[in-house]
Amino acid sequence: MYLFHTEEDRAAMLASIGAASIDEIIDSQVPAEARFQRTLNLSPMLSEMELQREVQAASQQNVSAASHVCFMGGGAYDHFVPAAVDAIASRGEYFTSYTPYQAEVSQGNLQAMFEYETLITQLTGLGVSNASLYDGGSAAVEAVIMALAVAKGRRRVVTSAAVHPEYRQILETYLRGLGCELVIAPYDAQGTSSGMLSLIDDQTACVLVQHPNFFGRLEEVAEIAAAAHAAGALVVQSFDPISVGSLKRPGDLGADIAVAEGQCLGNPLAFGGPYLGIMACRSELVRKLPGRIAGQTVDRRGKRCWVLTLQTREQHIRRDKATSNICSNQTLLALRSSVYLSLLGPRGLRETAEHCFAKTQFAGRRIDQNERFSLPFAGPVFKEFVVKDHADGVSSLLASMVRQGYLAGVALERWYPELRDCFLVAVTERRTRSEIEAYSQALAAVPTEGVVAGA
Amino acid sequence: MRNIQSTQLLFELSKSGRRAALLPALDPALKESFESLPEHQVSADPPPLPELAEGDVIRHFTNLSTLNMSVDTHFYPLGSCTMKYNPKRNERLAGMPGLADVHPLQSDDTVQGMLRILYELQQMLAEISGLPAVSLQPAAGAHGELTALMVAYAYFAKLGQDRPIVLTADSAHGTNPASAVMAGFKTKTVKSNAQGMVDMDDLRSKLNDQVAVFMLTNPNTLGLFDHQICEITDAVHQAGGLVYLDGANMNAILGIARPGDFGADMMHYNPHKTFSGPHGGGGPGAGPICVRDFLEPFLPSPVIEHDAEQDRYALQYDRPQSIGRVRSFFGNTGILLRAYFYIRSYGGEGLRRVSEDAVLGANYLLSKVKHILDVPHGDRCMHEFVASASRLKKQKGVSAMDLAKRILDYGFHAPTVYFPLVVDEAVMVEPTETESKETLDAFAEALFRVTEEAGDLLHEAPHSTRVSRPDDVTAARKPIVKWDSEQ
Repeated sequence: MYLFHTEEDRAAMLASIGAASIDEIIDSQVPAEARFQRTLNLSPMLSEMELQREVQAASQQNVSAASHVCFMGGGAYDHFVPAAVDAIASRGEYFTSYTPYQAEVSQGNLQAMFEYETLITQLTGLGVSNASLYDGGSAAVEAVIMALAVAKGRRRVVTSAAVHPEYRQILETYLRGLGCELVIAPYDAQGTSSGMLSLIDDQTACVLVQHPNFFGRLEEVAEIAAAAHAAGALVVQSFDPISVGSLKRPGDLGADIAVAEGQCLGNPLAFGGPYLGIMACRSELVRKLPGRIAGQTVDRRGKRCWVLTLQTREQHIRRDKATSNICSNQTLLALRSSVYLSLLGPRGLRETAEHCFAKTQFAGRRIDQNERFSLPFAGPVFKEFVVKDHADGVSSLLASMVRQGYLAGVALERWYPELRDCFLVAVTERRTRSEIEAYSQALAAVPTEGVVAGA
Repeated sequence: MRNIQSTQLLFELSKSGRRAALLPALDPALKESFESLPEHQVSADPPPLPELAEGDVIRHFTNLSTLNMSVDTHFYPLGSCTMKYNPKRNERLAGMPGLADVHPLQSDDTVQGMLRILYELQQMLAEISGLPAVSLQPAAGAHGELTALMVAYAYFAKLGQDRPIVLTADSAHGTNPASAVMAGFKTKTVKSNAQGMVDMDDLRSKLNDQVAVFMLTNPNTLGLFDHQICEITDAVHQAGGLVYLDGANMNAILGIARPGDFGADMMHYNPHKTFSGPHGGGGPGAGPICVRDFLEPFLPSPVIEHDAEQDRYALQYDRPQSIGRVRSFFGNTGILLRAYFYIRSYGGEGLRRVSEDAVLGANYLLSKVKHILDVPHGDRCMHEFVASASRLKKQKGVSAMDLAKRILDYGFHAPTVYFPLVVDEAVMVEPTETESKETLDAFAEALFRVTEEAGDLLHEAPHSTRVSRPDDVTAARKPIVKWDSEQ
């Protein structure tokens, strides 16, 4: 219970109102036929001690990246979160404040948002960033909707089966209401999206490419961008914020809009959220960008300060003509990411990327050495890769690995029936050489079920 | 002691060669396996992020934090936003490793505790709303609106009915019409009457076989419970439409009235408001939706199911009529967990007490404020009320914005101003149930003093904050939206 009023308070307040009881006030507002006549059937009130005991028990029924060695990825990753990130984000001045509508008493949030936007332009190589969207998937979709608004009249969206399957599912859901055509290029034998090139035509509003893609493979974004631009289409790239420690940035590759899942930048896995949708674009597209934007200005005394700006794009002003219905952003997670990036700096980000890359190559080679497994997609990967289990027992393999203390990977069958014997392995900077060696040995030691199919 | 520390940007504090986070040395064996990335894919230099020491970062962000008002530090009567106390225990609980470190793609067997909590939350939200089917996937209130409208779209498509129109109230949040357009509808506005309620004649004149959904907020954005609610929902149903309830104001009616009982077919919750979020400077929130059973097949996938016989929870993806996904992974789980902890901390009777005290607090403050400002829609309300600075504006040129800015000098966050649009010079006050009588008295006193002050003092307020009256016009006309070394 977090209530304040004593019975004495309540009596004094009712006297001031001129009501005999709270019920009298409620009855004057809520007509009898709309009133709820019984008590909500919920479990009884718990003290903090009881609640903690219960939640602790429930949490202990879960396996997690804290209890197990995590090699799972697929859009959410077990990267290291420095203590300083939690220390800042747990300050009540940040997490119990609201949208900075009163700029004078929100300069902390506004400046932090402006810094976040700048950090994102540095990460993407693009001119302007918003203050964040819900998550990587909905950011990808908002980017496509934005591109459709820029490329007026064009109704075709080209993407690839190597884009995160859940992002594509969200796209399908949203595009239904917007009456657009979604064309999906299959992935090629190398697990990349070369097939996109031939699908781009003069009706194409944009292409959505993910690099590194869902299979961890590197895409030829510059080539795809050249083709798209030649056809007058925009390029949306979903990227991995850690990868740009080593890889060229979306803006350097020709992307017009870049989006990303920002979970990897200092945010917990938390069973899927809240996460952080990163979105940046070329400067000239800023007035079509959805979501909040903090901008710099001066106050009446000429002092530099920050405000929410370009609000005429937004729903509270434009209502049905807004660039998006979005009304919130993920400020607290954006703050965490800003702290994270500030702590890493350019060299820390490059080293983190190098760790991911080196450890991923090492893990891939180790696993590939066992004849039960192979790596079906040839070519460079960044921090994850696909493993084929020739014993065809992915779900029992992964279940067995859980019993041995590993979150061993992500089965691909749910999204790719043809890859039912494959799983995705992610290796972040947190994994050590000995963990990777023990993991690949444990994988190899899991008894096979059924016949080894092919080799 | 006021914070007079500098507000240099991270980029201005940066010094080449400084660093905070160090990584372990890369094992030589791993380095040997370092096949290089293709040259054309690699950047010569990493992104030009600032270079800082850990102490720089902590002091910078700690000092910045002190430039915010927050619920932890100030009364925050921001109407429509429900800035209630955010329990500390919820942060500790949500941070438990068995919850915070769970990967979203783990198999159901490895997340039974998580799924049980979320399943129970689905049931709680259904009980509180009176609407049986729940999706926890939407990431925010506006996202919930959009999701529910997509559900309605799919439902009417299934019935073979072409209903292209969504009606929204003129007092509605801007998200309502914006969400309707994104879901593929056209919008029409229904007027409010002089009492701030839905104008029944206007509603009836716009209801026909083209209307899919009427979206309304009840209690509405004036803080009033529309006494015609059952008549409204009957009228919409008779025209074959569905009623959407914007659940922004659920804080007022927990255990008092249930949307499903008064005729809503779909609704969203704002757990970051009603169930103590927190707000996080503007997010994250969450926007779970509840719908009637005949709409359940269309909800996004997955939903959680419980096999009572085996006492096993599972994520159900095989739902052929579902609209699909609206967000990656499960949803804003961390915020949903906090809602669960909050509800468990109150129980059924406790939640009703929450709403009763929210109503009591708002009516008490209204009983004071009505002597200071006009309150055009009566002297009773639910959890919030809307006053008007219109008379002050006419008499001495003091606007709602001036009042809002000056009240900051008294150490209170400002009420919401200029919303809802149906009230001239609107000042929208929501005290919530987690403020004492003493705080409400002090706020009313401060408001009174502000209205007695000279207009000139108010036009330039606030005076005590670090900055005052930022130039919004220049900010929008010549946007500077990132730091630039050339500036």
